[in-house]
Amino acid sequence: MFTTFRKLSSPGSKIVKRLQSTLVVAEHDNDKILPITRNTITAAGKVGGDISLLVAGDNCAKAVAEAGTLPGISKVLTADNPCFKGFLAESITSLIIACHNQFKYSHIMAGATAQGKALLPRVAALLDVSPVSDIIGIAGPDTFIRTIYAGNAVMTLKCKDPVKVLTVRGTAFAPAEGEGSPAKEDAPTGDYKAPGTTFVAQEIKKSDRPELTAAKIIISGGRGMKSGDNFKLLYTLADKLGAAVGASRAAVDAGFVSNDLQIGQTGKIVAPELYIAIGISGAIQHLAGMKDSKTIVAINKDPEAPIFQVADYGLVEDLFKAVPELTEKI
Amino acid sequence: MARVLVGVKRVIDYAVKIRVKPDKSGVLTDGVKHSMNPFDEIAVEEAVRLKEKKIASEVIAVSCGPTQSQETLRTALAMGVDRGIHVDIPAAQMPLLQPIHVSKILAKIAKDEKIDVVIVGKQAIDDDGNQTAQMTAAYLDSPQGVFASKIEKTNGELTITREIDGGLETIKVKLPAVVSADLRLNEPRYATLPNIMKAKKKPIKKLTPKDLGVDTSPRIDIISVKDPPVRKAGSVLPDVDTLVAKLKQEGHL
Repeated sequence: MFTTFRKLSSPGSKIVKRLQSTLVVAEHDNDKILPITRNTITAAGKVGGDISLLVAGDNCAKAVAEAGTLPGISKVLTADNPCFKGFLAESITSLIIACHNQFKYSHIMAGATAQGKALLPRVAALLDVSPVSDIIGIAGPDTFIRTIYAGNAVMTLKCKDPVKVLTVRGTAFAPAEGEGSPAKEDAPTGDYKAPGTTFVAQEIKKSDRPELTAAKIIISGGRGMKSGDNFKLLYTLADKLGAAVGASRAAVDAGFVSNDLQIGQTGKIVAPELYIAIGISGAIQHLAGMKDSKTIVAINKDPEAPIFQVADYGLVEDLFKAVPELTEKI
Repeated sequence: MARVLVGVKRVIDYAVKIRVKPDKSGVLTDGVKHSMNPFDEIAVEEAVRLKEKKIASEVIAVSCGPTQSQETLRTALAMGVDRGIHVDIPAAQMPLLQPIHVSKILAKIAKDEKIDVVIVGKQAIDDDGNQTAQMTAAYLDSPQGVFASKIEKTNGELTITREIDGGLETIKVKLPAVVSADLRLNEPRYATLPNIMKAKKKPIKKLTPKDLGVDTSPRIDIISVKDPPVRKAGSVLPDVDTLVAKLKQEGHL
């Protein structure tokens, strides 16, 4: 067999390297590589073997240039084509399959973001393999750790499929640091136009505050905030701390803030250095999104609120009194 | 008019505090309250609304699981779905039934039933997979509109607003298409007693994966299922000054 032949012809130490090769799908906005890509590169590094980074986009020269400085990867594959406008999963899937057909990866990875989650299961289906979502650990080239039941159980599983298709929880892996100088190569060309899907528009909320999933400090508000206007209290505190602002589902459903701020099982998963939960009771679905934060502070007037069971520091006080006081004193 | 297929999963109720089995092989499910996956309720609601808007002609619900999955199907029927298909999976096989298997089953049924729109929830709250819609779309070689918070039909296409990181995105998809429902797509209705009674008369067809030609052999081995690390109990502080002092001490400020 092919693998046996390789074994015989190459020194032992190289076997693993030869057998494992990972394609990381870069997430970017055409101008810059998003931070999650660095976390994903770290995860890929734990598998061993060569790592290639795929940068596909429409007018993405700047992102490609930045990719050419990333550490830990040996090659950047680029595909700059109008059909990748909007990063439609249908288009990029075809490209990834073409890359895989040429280079035969053992692992294909992306960050477990809205984009990665939309894309990789489609890729896995076409390769007839079962993808593994949102991994938080890598115990071996085919053994992965992920959470189930909103983070209330941790599963270690062994993947039996020949190609491992994985999305990576960014907060579970440190970002790859430093600079590198990977080789650049064009991705295989082909017709990658999505036949039935058209990108119409994107509406991205602009904010000067740090991005939620990458922020070191997060101030989060819940139902206890009582109104959208009252979130100003949190913005003032956040600006003083250089923090991002998040929310519980209750706050989003009540219309206090937009849904892209939602933290939890169905929103974003964060693990900042400091998480300050304000007026949040701490339902299991919310805890799923933040309980790996290093330090958790809860401010809630209800001493029975479940959030106090995970909080390192709790303050049983009316938030409308405590938050302005906190803002003033820091 | 479109024919709609909606996928529903029976899961441990979202409000239940789950318990890991002492032998670390999985999660205790016996005697635990189950209900329809909340995202699937939203999918069913949307399918029924499509029918009410005369966009859909027939809505069929499918559930893959043990016999009790028929209760989940009855709930969907009581919400307004026309008929059900139960794909029987023995309870013992459920932990190793993956989205790859379910999506192959859904794709086969969608072809057999000449379906135009498949709607499923964006993820099941037990395995938190978030894969089935994407994989079903791949097997049907059709467009996908995942994490949808708004669906409109215009000129034979669907205009879908998607929840993405940082905001919203709009795409148009040609039919047939697969859609996954995000939380904000709609507010599912409660089944009324008369509708629950009516649902008992609606047909549920029983099939097996074998009938559909789908191989459900496991793709993973479960090595272990454990409790997550427990956070050590914290302390309740008397006032804001103490909190500020603690945060300074830990280097956060």
